[in-house]
Amino acid sequence: MSADIPEMDSRLERLPLTLRDLLTAHLPEPWRWIAQSLIAIAVVLAAFGLLFAFLTLIERKILGRIQNRPGPNRVGWGGILQPFADAIKMLTKEDIIPRSADPVLHYLAPVALVSFSLLSLAVIPYGRRLVALDLDSGVLYFFAASASSELAVFMAGWAGRNKYSLLAAMRALAQLISYELPLLLSLVPVVMLAGTLSPSEIVAAQSGWTFGLVPHWYALTPWGFAGFAIFMVASLAEANRSPFDLPEAESELIAGHLTEYSGFKYALFFMAEYFSMCALSGMAVTLFLGGWQSPFAALQFVPSYAWFAIKLLVLLLGFIWIRATLPRLRIDQLMRLAWKFLVPLALINLLTAAFWHLSAGWGTGAQPLRWGIALALVAVPFVLIGRRLSSGLGPRTYRYAAP
Amino acid sequence: MNLALIILGLVILGSAATALSIRNIVRSVLLLVASWFGIAAFYLWAGAEFAAFAQALVYGGAVSMVVLFAVLLTRRGHLDVPVPPPPPGRLLWAIVAGGAVAGIIAAAAIRTPFESLNNEAPSLPVRKLGALLMGPQAAALLVTGVLLTAALLGAVVIAAGAKDDKEGAP
Repeated sequence: MSADIPEMDSRLERLPLTLRDLLTAHLPEPWRWIAQSLIAIAVVLAAFGLLFAFLTLIERKILGRIQNRPGPNRVGWGGILQPFADAIKMLTKEDIIPRSADPVLHYLAPVALVSFSLLSLAVIPYGRRLVALDLDSGVLYFFAASASSELAVFMAGWAGRNKYSLLAAMRALAQLISYELPLLLSLVPVVMLAGTLSPSEIVAAQSGWTFGLVPHWYALTPWGFAGFAIFMVASLAEANRSPFDLPEAESELIAGHLTEYSGFKYALFFMAEYFSMCALSGMAVTLFLGGWQSPFAALQFVPSYAWFAIKLLVLLLGFIWIRATLPRLRIDQLMRLAWKFLVPLALINLLTAAFWHLSAGWGTGAQPLRWGIALALVAVPFVLIGRRLSSGLGPRTYRYAAP
Repeated sequence: MNLALIILGLVILGSAATALSIRNIVRSVLLLVASWFGIAAFYLWAGAEFAAFAQALVYGGAVSMVVLFAVLLTRRGHLDVPVPPPPPGRLLWAIVAGGAVAGIIAAAAIRTPFESLNNEAPSLPVRKLGALLMGPQAAALLVTGVLLTAALLGAVVIAAGAKDDKEGAP
C-alpha cells in the first residue's frame, strides 16, 4: 500500500516511529522488541487516558451548551482542569463495600471491565504504520474482547446484593444478547467484500478515490451506509450509552449496577464506558470510514493518524450529541428495536452486499442501475419494516385540561 | 513453554472443578466462564488464533450470557438457600458416568495417530481456514448449521407456546 505512493511517506507521517526508534536504538535485539511493545502499550494507554479525561469535560460542556447553561467553568481556565479535579475527588473518596456484598466479585467487576475494554484498543490501526497488534483475525479479537465486558457489568450488578443492581444486571444481559447480533451481522458484509478479518487490510481495501474527490470508503456504498448505521446504533447499545443506557438508568434504577460503588471503583466504570465508546468508534472508522485514509487525494500530506483522530472525534461528538437529544428507551422498545428491526435489516443488508459484490463487473452504463437496485434493497425494507413496527402508534393526540 | 501449558491446565481444570463443587450457582457459572477463557488461552498457546478468539467470543461473550440469564430467571429462592451435598450413591454414579465419558475420550485421543506430532505447528491464515471450511469440510459445517437451525426453531416454538399460556395474565 505505502509502496504505491512513496511521496506520502513524509517525515511527519513517520514521526511516531522515528521517536520510538530513537528511544530504543541503543538496546540489544530481544530487549528492543520488548521495549517497542511496551512503548506502544504506554502510548495507547496515555493517549486514551487523556482522551477520556478531556472527553468527560467536552461531554459536560456540550451537554451544558445544549441545555443552555455554561457547563463546568470554575477549575482552571474556563474549566479546562475540571477532569483533574474530578480525578482527585474520586481517588480520595471512601471505598465502601456493602456488608452483604460478594467482596471478590465486587472488587473484580470494575477491574475486569476496564481491562476488557482496554484489550479491544490493541488491534485498531491508528495510522499507516501505527497498529499495536496486527492480527490476522483482528476483527474477531476485537469483538471477543468487547463482548466480555458485559460479563463484568453482570458481576458488578450481582455482587452488590441490591435489587436495583440485580435488575441492572438482567437488563445488561438482555441488552447484550440482543445487540451483539446486529453489531456482528452489520460488519459481516465488510469482511465479505474486503475478504479479510485483519483491520489493517480492511483499511487498505478502502483506499483510492474517484476523480480524487470521492473516497472509496465502505460507508459511501448503499450496503456500507446501511451497515454503518446499524453498527452505530448497536454500538450505542453495546457501550451502554444513552438512549440505550438502561442498565444504569439513573432515574429508574438509581444508577443500576453502579448503586453500590463509590470512590475510584466508580470512576473505573466511567473510564471503561468511555474506553469502549472510543474502541467501538475506532472500529467503526476502521470498518466503514476508511480508517486512516484521507477524504481527498489532495489532502494526503496530512499524516494518517491525524485523519484517524479527526474521524474518531467526529463519531464521539455524535455519541454526545445523541445523548443530549434522545430520551431513554423502555426495555420492551429496546428489545423490539433489536429483534424486529435491526436484525432483519442487517440480514437483508447481507443480500445487498452480495448483490454489490456480484455486480462489480457491470459496465459504466449499468452503474446507475446497480446503484438503484442496491439503494432500493436498502431503503424499501427500511421503510416497510419501520412502518409495520410503528403502525398503530400514531398520530399522537394531545388532550389538554379545560381552562 | 511447558510451564505455561501446566499453568493453563491447572487454571482450566481447577476452575472447572471448583465450579462443580461450590454451592453458590452464580459463582460457579462465573468460574465456568473462567474455565472457558482458559481454554481460549490454551488455543492461543497452541497457535490457533482463530479458534481462540472464536472460543472467547462464543463462550465468553454469548454462552455465558445465556447461562447467567437462565440462572437469573429461575426462582430467587434457589440462590439463597444452601443446597445440601448430594447423597453418596449419587456421587458414586456421577463419578462412574463421568469417568466412563472421560475414558472414552481419552482412549479415542490416544489411539488416533497424529501425523505431524514432531513437526512444527502449522500456522493457518484465516483465509485458508475459510477455504477449508467451505471446501473439504463443508459437510460438517452444513450439519452443524442444520443442527443449530433446528435448535433455534425449537426455541422459537417453545417461546411461542409459552406466550399463549400467559395471554390471560396481567
